[in-house]
Amino acid sequence: MRARGRELFGLIPVSFLVTAGFTAVYIARRSDLASTTLTYGALSLGLCLVVHLFIRHMLPDADPYLFPLAALLAAFGLVMIYRIDVGLARQQAGWFVAGIVFFVATVVWLRDVRVLERYRYVIASIGIVLLMLPRLPVIGSQVNGAYLGVDLGPIAFQPTEFAKLCIVVFLASYLFERGDVLVIGARRVLGMTLPPLKHFGPLIVVWGVTMFLLIYIRDLGSSLMFFGAFLALLYLATGRLFFVLSGMALFVAGSWVIAGAIPHVHQRIDIWLDPWKHAESSGYQIAQSLFAQADGGLFGQGLGESLLKLPGGGSIVPAPHTDLIYAVITDELGLFGAAAIVLTYLLFAERGFKVASLAEDGFLKLLASGLTVVFALQAFVIVGGVTRVIPLTGVTLPFVSYGGSSIVANFVLLALLLIISDHSRSERLRRASPVVR
Amino acid sequence: MNPRIRQLFGLLILLFGLLVGFTSYWSIFDADGLKANKANKRLLLEEQRIRRGLIFASDGTVLARNRITGSGSTRFFRRFYPVGNLFSDAVGYNFVRQGRAGLERSYNSDLTDETDEFQRILDQLRGQQREGNDVLTTLDPAAQRTAIAELAGRTGAVVAIEPQTGRVRVMASVPSFDSNAIPTEFARLSRAPGAPLFDRVTQSGYPPGSTFKVVTAAAALDSGKFTPQSVLSGRSPRTIGGVPLRNFGGEQFGSIDLTTALTHSVNTVWAQVGERVGKRTMFDYMQRFGFNSKPRIDLPRDEVRASGVFQNGKLLDDSDAIDIGRVAIGQERLLVTPLQMAMVVAAIGNGGKLERPHLVDRIKDPDGTTIRRIKPSQESEVMKPATAQALASMMSQVVKEGTGTAAALQGIDVAGKTGTAEISGPVNQAWFIAFAPVSSPRIAVAVTVERTTGQGGTVAAPIAKQVMEALVR
Repeated sequence: MRARGRELFGLIPVSFLVTAGFTAVYIARRSDLASTTLTYGALSLGLCLVVHLFIRHMLPDADPYLFPLAALLAAFGLVMIYRIDVGLARQQAGWFVAGIVFFVATVVWLRDVRVLERYRYVIASIGIVLLMLPRLPVIGSQVNGAYLGVDLGPIAFQPTEFAKLCIVVFLASYLFERGDVLVIGARRVLGMTLPPLKHFGPLIVVWGVTMFLLIYIRDLGSSLMFFGAFLALLYLATGRLFFVLSGMALFVAGSWVIAGAIPHVHQRIDIWLDPWKHAESSGYQIAQSLFAQADGGLFGQGLGESLLKLPGGGSIVPAPHTDLIYAVITDELGLFGAAAIVLTYLLFAERGFKVASLAEDGFLKLLASGLTVVFALQAFVIVGGVTRVIPLTGVTLPFVSYGGSSIVANFVLLALLLIISDHSRSERLRRASPVVR
Repeated sequence: MNPRIRQLFGLLILLFGLLVGFTSYWSIFDADGLKANKANKRLLLEEQRIRRGLIFASDGTVLARNRITGSGSTRFFRRFYPVGNLFSDAVGYNFVRQGRAGLERSYNSDLTDETDEFQRILDQLRGQQREGNDVLTTLDPAAQRTAIAELAGRTGAVVAIEPQTGRVRVMASVPSFDSNAIPTEFARLSRAPGAPLFDRVTQSGYPPGSTFKVVTAAAALDSGKFTPQSVLSGRSPRTIGGVPLRNFGGEQFGSIDLTTALTHSVNTVWAQVGERVGKRTMFDYMQRFGFNSKPRIDLPRDEVRASGVFQNGKLLDDSDAIDIGRVAIGQERLLVTPLQMAMVVAAIGNGGKLERPHLVDRIKDPDGTTIRRIKPSQESEVMKPATAQALASMMSQVVKEGTGTAAALQGIDVAGKTGTAEISGPVNQAWFIAFAPVSSPRIAVAVTVERTTGQGGTVAAPIAKQVMEALVR
């Protein structure tokens, strides 16, 4: 039970962050906030404890740091959303409840993740359908030129968030089975191992699908995230750097061609290269993002202290609670706060890879790695977009951004990682001490 | 597979390091560049969240205050000027789009309480809202009203300064504008005839006419080359700088002393004086009075212009070819601001010592504690006290029996000098500069009226009289 003790210990910083964060925001914005809003913070802490007890009961040997790190990110996000809009913080706390319900359901129904392997084509089909939904008439919805949302009247969600899970499960199981084949018959040319041409097939197919996605949903960020996860898994399965390099080259070349054909993608790249030319129109988002970060400095202006509202009542930073939340964090908590967020993602990734390393089954290794990579890449794509490392696109910052789909999907992702971890660690423990404890 | 996983993690560390690198670039290394970006309105909006300090006249009248819109995080302050266009040139304005001007600009750091970063963090920790400091000016609303009323719509300017302290009491420029109209009518005002946004007191260069003879007189007496009793011929015309010069109206004078020549503003005499004093000495005394550089008044530097001899907008110095005889009577390419001429009379009235003119008296914090007081500071010692005294008595003759009788006050001795610069045909630039009372001067004024058919003595002197009356009694 030492693992769960460490997990509980790991939740202490989370409770500090929530308490201090909510207090700071409340003090800074006393005139805008009712004291009852502080209960959202208390509620989220209560939920953390509930999840901890659930993990203690169901997954006693699972990695002890993954959940506290996710909770830390979620707490960070909740404090920021509380600062941005009290109403949204209440809803976000509600999404946490929904996320935890999905988390519990996943753990209860999916005692052994390996069953997923059997349904890989079904899962792949679900993933593809999910990705295609936003372009369907009536229910599809376009935001800023990209097709990322589905609007079903009472329920609106972002299918890409769920599709990323399906795609990773499929890729892991497919590459686990076929990975070896891709390497057989390889020749060495100029010190590099070249697989036979016919084995480029899967690479070409996935590349084709990604390019199709780029044309279809018009979102460079999501495409980058999916294709990046694919290349990572391909490398893990085959160990061939050549695959990865040619995949990257194909992606760049393909994006180049598509950017020339689709104005929306082209414009995104143009704005990325020179945001100041259209700082008042199409480049407004990235310009405001950078201006907000410039105001942050080393330590930030303090929670609730930054300039967010215009005299008319609108927000000076567009989408402050979703796409650009990282810019608001940098503004209020400075480079230190922003670096803390990035470091937390890195630590989460480290634990995810640890889970993959400890997994005994090749499929589980690939799955855990894939989930970790897609999670980390999502964070990279949006933070990179906000800081102008890459073109800005509309994906959420996992666990931090406001949004039900993102929270629920990432809780499921966390559940999968914890199940894999619990499985492999309890196997190891059993072998290490055959005597029943 | 595990070594490959470690390699992958290594790649992620690199990618995330890139994110931290870019974040530090925007938030630290390029922060100043981003803040200066013209698309960045954050600083202006930020300042609207600060309760800007108020601006008061010397009698406590509020010249600039705030109107609050919204509450909480959407609470913004917007400037309101209760006296409209009374002091719009001196006070200026402060609006998001049009920026700021006048005292609103030169005292911005006091009005917004621009403290250092450390102090800001302390204030934040104590939960204190940033509040600006109040600015208490030396401006006198009653005298200002008198000045504007006396100009009666004629384009011109009036400025009044206390000689011993440099405190500016009146600063009127007509036509003027309502500071409150800036956000809505800026474009129209900046093109309107008469250039209402232009502060004539500090920014207009006019030919000074005969008022400049007091500068020549100061140089002549103080350099020891002349006394008030020195006698010269007042015959007209007389060749000056190779070209014949006439007296006003072609009037003839015999051999007269300098007092008489000043009383009746005899051009030919003063042009001779200027030539004999010489260019170098003339420029030396001009410089002592503050010519040839921008007056160091507490208004934004670019809202003040220098006075002197100009060629195509460029200041000339004593090494250039200049007809100094005509400079001595305020002609040639001489251009002066009303502020500069007020500084000239103020220096004479203050025993030859020029005090730095200033519009602000004190800065008070929001609790009402004075945190800074603008003390009088001597700009230069223009002439010996004896010279100033002699010049003062010459100038009092101008008002007693000369061209400036229209400025005479009941029971108070006034020292003054008229000026009428011919612009074209019958159109003149009328001037009057004066100080009073002669024995212990309390106020120095400069009045000018643009494009009038009258003369300094008939048009400008009566205005100066009323303004002095308002300030001395």
